[in-house]
Amino acid sequence: MTIDFTVNGKAASSDAPPATPLLWVIREGLKLTGTKFGCGTGLCGACMVHIDGKRAFSCQTQVSEIAGRSVTTIEGLSATSSHPLQKAWLAERVPQCGYCQSGQIMSAADLLRQNPKPTREQIVAHMTTNICRCGTYQRIVRAVERAAREA
Amino acid sequence: MTIELSIERIAPDASSPRAVSRRHVMIGAAGLSFAFALGAPGLATATMLAAERAGKALSPWVSISIDGTITIMSPAVEMGQGSMTSLPLIIAEELDADWSKVAIVPAPPVEAIYGNPGFGGMMYTAGSNAVTSYFRPLRTFGAQVRRILIDNAAQHLAVPIEELSTEPSVVVHAKSGRRLGYGEIAAFAQVPDKAPDIKPEELKKRSEFRLIGNDVMRIELPMKVNGGARYAIDQQVPGMVYSTVIRAPVEGSAPDKVNDARTKAVPGVIAVVMLPYGVGVLAETAWAAFAGRNALEMTWTRQGKAWGFDSDKGVELFAATARDPNAQATDWSKIGDVRGEMPKAASFMEAEYRCDYAYHAQMEPLNATASVSPSGDAAEIWCGTQSQTMAVEAVAKALGIPRDKVKLHDTLLGGGFGRRGHRDEEFIIDAVLMSKAAKRPVKVMWTREDDVHNGRQRPISAHYIKAGFDASGKLLAWHHRVAGDRVTPYMDPVRYEKGGRKDFILMLGTDLKGYDVPHQLIEQLYEDSGVRTSPLRGIGFTANKFATETFMDEIARKLGVDPVKFRLDLMKSSPRAVKVVERAAQMADWGRKREGRGLGFAYIDYSGSQVAGIAEVSLDRRSGQIKVHDFWCAIDCGIAVQPDNVVAQTESSIVYGLGMALTERITIKDGAVEQSNFYDYRVPRMNEVPLMHVEVIATDNHPTGAGQMATPLVAPAISSAVAALTGVRLRHTPFTPERVMKALG
Repeated sequence: MTIDFTVNGKAASSDAPPATPLLWVIREGLKLTGTKFGCGTGLCGACMVHIDGKRAFSCQTQVSEIAGRSVTTIEGLSATSSHPLQKAWLAERVPQCGYCQSGQIMSAADLLRQNPKPTREQIVAHMTTNICRCGTYQRIVRAVERAAREA
Repeated sequence: MTIELSIERIAPDASSPRAVSRRHVMIGAAGLSFAFALGAPGLATATMLAAERAGKALSPWVSISIDGTITIMSPAVEMGQGSMTSLPLIIAEELDADWSKVAIVPAPPVEAIYGNPGFGGMMYTAGSNAVTSYFRPLRTFGAQVRRILIDNAAQHLAVPIEELSTEPSVVVHAKSGRRLGYGEIAAFAQVPDKAPDIKPEELKKRSEFRLIGNDVMRIELPMKVNGGARYAIDQQVPGMVYSTVIRAPVEGSAPDKVNDARTKAVPGVIAVVMLPYGVGVLAETAWAAFAGRNALEMTWTRQGKAWGFDSDKGVELFAATARDPNAQATDWSKIGDVRGEMPKAASFMEAEYRCDYAYHAQMEPLNATASVSPSGDAAEIWCGTQSQTMAVEAVAKALGIPRDKVKLHDTLLGGGFGRRGHRDEEFIIDAVLMSKAAKRPVKVMWTREDDVHNGRQRPISAHYIKAGFDASGKLLAWHHRVAGDRVTPYMDPVRYEKGGRKDFILMLGTDLKGYDVPHQLIEQLYEDSGVRTSPLRGIGFTANKFATETFMDEIARKLGVDPVKFRLDLMKSSPRAVKVVERAAQMADWGRKREGRGLGFAYIDYSGSQVAGIAEVSLDRRSGQIKVHDFWCAIDCGIAVQPDNVVAQTESSIVYGLGMALTERITIKDGAVEQSNFYDYRVPRMNEVPLMHVEVIATDNHPTGAGQMATPLVAPAISSAVAALTGVRLRHTPFTPERVMKALG
């Protein structure tokens, strides 16, 4: 059974079994490898994408659930790394190993969409879904604040 | 056409253990290439491999194209610590390169050229020692290339060398106003038979640095915000299939009864492969491989040492051994004469501390891709490893082939923390053996559960420390006995044997560097549970400094002396230590009492880097939950090559130490890891980290490490902060709420 959906504004399809996590379809099928496998259980946020504009754990989303829906991955957040969060992430030199950062940025983008001027507490509450083992949290907060300020 | 010249010369850095070195030069249409080899064979191979990686004729270290592009090889792997930028930047500094024209290429596995002098020439990125070890040779080489460019410019312009200077990537003749770009020089330059001698005093002075000490954008950061960064797990190669491997819960165990009927019925599953230590499921897709492994039914043999081992009982047994004066120990280090002087002391104090197993939890679950030739006589591998040397050698050993038949593609690492530098590199071997069986390229991915279950732990350890004082209360003698699960012989038998059978991964950090204590004796009580162990960020320091720094605090409190003042009184011969301690105390406003909060202090000389930290905590007495509100840290790691990166690494180290101190705990039941994923192995999240205040104290000292130095500060600082707040001492990391409640009584 083929499932049709949209990824980063382009038509996509998958013939993976319906229960296959979207994560694997994106990474191995569509070769959009910016979305990462971290835990497979919705506990770390490395796999965060947007589905119809809202953040979602792609490891917890079955491919069958996205038929006809629109998925945005880090590769589709902006064409030229020009999203205010991407710019702020570099200005604050957030990434270390970088593996979790696609998911962090996708989570943060969802926050700013809902709440363009979040408080520090709101940032922390929202971003606690995402683990960064390099411990870049303090810089992530600064980068989200900067993006909110400069957007 | 390319002409190759190669010559022998004496290394300018006389302190280098390898005095004879070789320069290797290539002159070609593409420009100039320079190489500087410490030691020697393998130069031609290195040049060839480097060229493959850079996509053009390139010699091992630096090449300058006629368009001015300067390509510099990076010998260390990048796992977030910044070495891929810092090391080439050191060459660029002395070369006086325009940083915007520098391209960086990971160095291929040729130890004679790129080996880390801090690890006996292995290519190994660990121990926070990359900048420390490569600093002198890379500066000298950069200066040599610059000198050659100047010599050529002098000849070309027919002016004396003394009249020339350099600006970034330009040789300048100030008198006539003439300027020659490095790319222009590369088009005509001749390279001398003998490389110019660079004396240490000819290197730049600190005040002349343009790049060192001034932050540049880390080279790989832009691709870490747009999904472009490639890790091993992102690899796909033509014809590739997928695999996941179920490994034995206990090292040494093997598959016993296997029922793969349900696995083979999963659509997309190609084969079930029996491995000496586990079972691999080979499939057309990643999801079929995972579904296939979930359907597998199997049991394990009871071979292997760890069966029956229980870590909670183990740490109790270790503690009993540590405190038993008759238990056999070996001397790890000694200063003065503890055995003679301790009995003469006027008073004594003693204490015990314990640490649990802990897991690396790098965000990228271990994985590798391999393509073994159909006849098994060659292999290509794609992996994130901390040691290019170990990766290539482990694969060659597994296949019984020469190491030059192994082609390595090393990628960015989604975290390392010590997990990816074991001599056997077992996660790469999974891919190699599966590819060999499949006769096609295979990507093996561990699940997070595999990564936890197959984890290699920071060891459990128990510490008994006794201190002796003279009549005036002065600390005279210090006796520390460590009963800890062995690490070095397990993780790297080769280095263990070469290093005189010293378990340094377990024991480092037991020293009292920075403190004047006339008599010190450190003993190791060797324990081998059979559990898989590993260096983990902060290595032995994390456990050992928890013991020593917490005990220092206990002594100070017992003597009625302020814990910071107590340290300073012991630091008469360590001015750098005094400076970080005083600065951390100022930053935290140490003397100021805070309602409902406690402050705790710790200091460490970590391989020369001076760090002092202060934690401010509160405690929910009903739940036993500790909250760390602020953490102040002053660090002096000598010349800070990239100061903001030192801050970033220190923040990172503090967060890592917070996990070790408060929540991270692996337990072993009947030899096997009990935890599975981030729900039962809790690493710090954003809402748990304190505000971190880090200050880099830049000094002119040779650069020392920055990647993990603050990690071991955190547990003793928190233990002492809780003691300051409640009078109760926490002696067993992590300080889980249950343990805190028990301690509160």
